[in-house]
Amino acid sequence: MVRAVNPDYTPHHPKWYRRRIPIFWWIRKRAYVKFIARELTSPFVAYAAALLLMQVWALARGGAAYARFLAWLQLGPVLIWHGALLIILLFHTVTWLNLAPKAIVLHVRGRRIPDAAVVAGHYAAWLAVSTFLVWLLVRGW
Amino acid sequence: MGRVKEPILWALFSGGGMVAALVLPALVFLLWIAAPLGWVTLPSYGELVELVRHPISRLSIFALASLSFYHWAHRFRYTLYDGLQLYHLNELIAVLTYGSATLLTLAAGFLLVAVV
Repeated sequence: MVRAVNPDYTPHHPKWYRRRIPIFWWIRKRAYVKFIARELTSPFVAYAAALLLMQVWALARGGAAYARFLAWLQLGPVLIWHGALLIILLFHTVTWLNLAPKAIVLHVRGRRIPDAAVVAGHYAAWLAVSTFLVWLLVRGW
Repeated sequence: MGRVKEPILWALFSGGGMVAALVLPALVFLLWIAAPLGWVTLPSYGELVELVRHPISRLSIFALASLSFYHWAHRFRYTLYDGLQLYHLNELIAVLTYGSATLLTLAAGFLLVAVV
């Protein structure tokens, strides 16, 4: 080792000290795992939106194309995957609606509406929208 | 991302999260589970085409799809930052996520205006 004449000299740029955080930092605590799980619902939201567009596209291409799309939906693995999709999207819905009072703070005549009321309002909206979709799309049981 | 854009992107994320939360579970259950299994009967092909062609349906499907895509883009961007510690790829990730959402939104608009 050759010692530098000036011991303070360094050829490198100085760097701030940064603690290294492992990629799986969130795995040790339940709350963190739940946070990441909540975050990871977003690709499934995008998938559902894309699949809805695919269904609309199949409708537009004609009866035969639509029948092929419906046959694909009836395949076992596709049904299992969509069952998993439903569970993941329900997780998105529940966590999203439960966090609503954190994002929406409502005041009526100077009084803050309690969190529970905000959550209840959102669940009522979910029920209303779901009922509307059943009314719109279901022709028989 | 600039400071001007961030609130807009957050609003798209938030609107998309809300629309997805309220609409998607019922839609997934009815269209892709209950109907294929024969638990419910959907409108016939002709009725569905008519339903989808209605201006309100076109607008609703467009809003649902594009907001969902931007919801994904914004949330997934931060999942990559926080989850995988990829802060140094900030620009690239933002371009890929919001860029994909924008392309998908354009595709949805084209489908619902010109194809259906």
